[in-house]
Amino acid sequence: MMRFIWPFIIFIVLAAFLFVGLRLDPREVPSPLIGKPAPNFALEQLKTPGKQFSPAEMKGKVWLLNAWASWCVACEAEHPILMDLARMNVVPIYGLDYKDKREAALSVLAQRGDPYVLAVSDYDGRTGIDYGVYGVPETYLIDKQGVIRYKQIGPITAENLREKILPLIAELDKK
Amino acid sequence: MRSFILLLLLSFNGICMAGEARDLAKDPAIEKRMVSLAENLRCLVCQNESLASSHAELAEDLRREVRELIQKGMTDSEIKKYLVARYGDFVLYEPPLKSMTLMLWLGPFALLLAGLGVLAVQLRKRRESISDSVLSSEEQARVNALLNDKER
Repeated sequence: MMRFIWPFIIFIVLAAFLFVGLRLDPREVPSPLIGKPAPNFALEQLKTPGKQFSPAEMKGKVWLLNAWASWCVACEAEHPILMDLARMNVVPIYGLDYKDKREAALSVLAQRGDPYVLAVSDYDGRTGIDYGVYGVPETYLIDKQGVIRYKQIGPITAENLREKILPLIAELDKK
Repeated sequence: MRSFILLLLLSFNGICMAGEARDLAKDPAIEKRMVSLAENLRCLVCQNESLASSHAELAEDLRREVRELIQKGMTDSEIKKYLVARYGDFVLYEPPLKSMTLMLWLGPFALLLAGLGVLAVQLRKRRESISDSVLSSEEQARVNALLNDKER
């Protein structure tokens, strides 16, 4: 009996590792930017070209930066949640229109509704690279000191909005 | 019909090649350095492809970025640091040795040592269980009889 105990234990440990591995999403790469200052940029506003927006203007506010694009299918799925969040009026949402055409982005916002306080155009994707964007949608929660506190990879779901993002916003607002 | 299909296939091949050819920038020295760097970097979109071989748009952008950083005179390790700051260690095919990756680097050796340990213990146990025993005179006589029998 004893001679089977060790192989059995090793089997159980291996099986446990593999089982956990099954449930991990390899597409979720933890961002090294969490806890770091949000990279600055100055990009043209989507609706008023010629006017720029920069995260430096947001000092003292908790805000969301949502990377999206008109060509992005998952963004379409995320859109109603962003609209709900905008209506809740708990956090300003800014859009980073990633590698998009201005007309296409504007027509999508006109069609589906615009959850953003304003959106900026990252035509060549350089700002996206600074933020470590590797697939839209991605959303960053930035605190009053301009530090990234949370990154959502892929669409925000009702569940992680309720369980992670909203509580974190409430906590950061108090500081 | 057959030649038409062949033509179609050939033309698709041409489209695929076009994506790669565009990356061949003017300066071959910079290109060579970029490719040798990008071969050891992971494309984040198709994670099992290197940055050098991926056709994903992000990979194209990152190759452009690497090219520009080379032009700025940054060293290879500075460029890697630049990418790690944005995408994390995940972009490196060869992860650095630190507390998080200790298992990854030392795990195989630890397993090997554990295996050798088990082997040593087992061998010693076996040696102890084999004891020298002396044959009795009766047994010795039988052995001799059998051996002589065979020789004959």
